[in-house]
Amino acid sequence: MMEIGLTHYLVLSTVLFSIGLLGVMRRKNLLMLFFATEILLNAVNVGFAAISHYYNDLTGQMFAFFIIAIAASEVAVGLGLLIAWYKRHGNINLDAMSSMRG
Amino acid sequence: MFEAIAFYLFSILTTVMFYITVTTKQALFALTALAAGMIFISAFFFILGADFLGVVQIIVYTGAVMALYAFGMMFFDTTRELKERSGSSLITAGLSILSAVFVVLIFVAPIVSTKIQVTAPLIAGATNSQSVGMVLFTKYLVPFELAAVMLLVAMIAGIVLAGKKMDRSLTLMAEEEIMIAEEANRKVLL
Repeated sequence: MMEIGLTHYLVLSTVLFSIGLLGVMRRKNLLMLFFATEILLNAVNVGFAAISHYYNDLTGQMFAFFIIAIAASEVAVGLGLLIAWYKRHGNINLDAMSSMRG
Repeated sequence: MFEAIAFYLFSILTTVMFYITVTTKQALFALTALAAGMIFISAFFFILGADFLGVVQIIVYTGAVMALYAFGMMFFDTTRELKERSGSSLITAGLSILSAVFVVLIFVAPIVSTKIQVTAPLIAGATNSQSVGMVLFTKYLVPFELAAVMLLVAMIAGIVLAGKKMDRSLTLMAEEEIMIAEEANRKVLL
């Protein structure tokens, strides 16, 4: 209980990841969906850093850096697309984006 | 002892913050709770000895990503209460926990097997940021450069998509087109 091992961190990573998935499944607003994806990426980062620490291997930290870079570029492009969509349609509701429905 | 206290404290704090982010109906609450959760996540990196990663987490996530979200929210109508998908939240929660367990199993499966081997060992006598630099600029140089190019592309895409009238190039337009565009601009300003 008092000795923190790899399992503790992996369980924490699972909990955070399931919170993120909960958000992805129940949110309608696209901005809130973006927040949920950030939670997912952070949960995975915690797991990577823990594995890197407990195996004395830097690879996990490297992958965490690349995940942070990907998250930053995802936010830049995604927010640009959201703003473009909002200017044209006036909302960012996921259910309203059905123009390609047959 | 202190490690355990810090771990439990910060895990409770992050879980609560992210739960608020996912469930609240106010977009501003979600934004602030997410920023707080990001800061608390960096505490785990400091506990795990990944100092550079923790600093990068604070600078990039709470400094850049959250500021970008805050600016983006000024475009949207955030004062209105958010509507959520109507459906059984129990099924949603069960499905998300199940898929999270599967994802962690995918991660853990190679760890449990005995074939795991260290590919980038910690360098003795070097601090965390020194060893990160050594590995990043030798073994992961090509992904590092690719990430730099990707960030540049994302920056240009963000400017073009969000900027006002930046999809038009004045140098590529004919004289008449520029005149028409300026006329339209003047009408908008008046």
